[in-house]
Amino acid sequence: MTVAKRELLPLQTSSDVVVARQKVRQWAIELRFSLIDQTKLVTAASELARNALDHGQGGQMTIEVVNGAARSGLRLTFEDHGPGIPDIEMALKDGYTTGAGMGLGLGGSKRLVNDFFIESETGKGTKITVVRWK
Amino acid sequence: MERIPILRMGPFLLITIQVDMHDKLAMQLQDDVTERISDWGSSGVLIDISSLEIVDSFIGRMLANIAAMSRVLGAETVVVGMQPAVAITLVELGMSLPGVRTALNVESGMELLNASFGRSQIGTMHDSSEA
Repeated sequence: MTVAKRELLPLQTSSDVVVARQKVRQWAIELRFSLIDQTKLVTAASELARNALDHGQGGQMTIEVVNGAARSGLRLTFEDHGPGIPDIEMALKDGYTTGAGMGLGLGGSKRLVNDFFIESETGKGTKITVVRWK
Repeated sequence: MERIPILRMGPFLLITIQVDMHDKLAMQLQDDVTERISDWGSSGVLIDISSLEIVDSFIGRMLANIAAMSRVLGAETVVVGMQPAVAITLVELGMSLPGVRTALNVESGMELLNASFGRSQIGTMHDSSEA
């Protein structure tokens, strides 16, 4: 898998979340994703960016155009240096929340993308990588 | 401070969300709507989201909150104009907006509100001129 294009965006304020999802939309349009695929990816990005901000005390998003063997896609990586997620399996369950949300953020975004990887270490932070293929 | 405008149409409030809202703006709208209902004694709230390109769990929760708070204050909320791609995504995300009445467009949303309050039209807009 090769990376054709990459950009880094900060996630420190709720306006950064808006900028991040607009960037994802823009790149998804450039890659000619269908409207439904664009909407799913942008929605997942919004959830994960907000997670990094609200639960991870801010962080950053890396957006990349990746080329696989016969397909291209958008890869988004969300990194924060927050408290980490002690029980990832639990955090992925619908309805599980430690904050004021509905607990749909992680599990819900996982359903909106093709690939979903999560690494988290208590006290160190969380890194979530998602890919939506065209 | 930036705000989503709330229009008064007779007994109803009309809100058209046309910007990509950040979370604080969404929270502000929630507070503003409840304040207006109580100030103006509104009996219905119509929220047009046809310009929204995504509804994530935060915005979904805001819509559900507005509907719940309005109901407690005696007003009915109808959310109209959701784009099909947004609806598909929202359901896949795991949110089906329980407790929120929806309609395809502003016109049918208005009909719903009028029907809820037994009006044939937005009659109160003409109250002063009609006998």
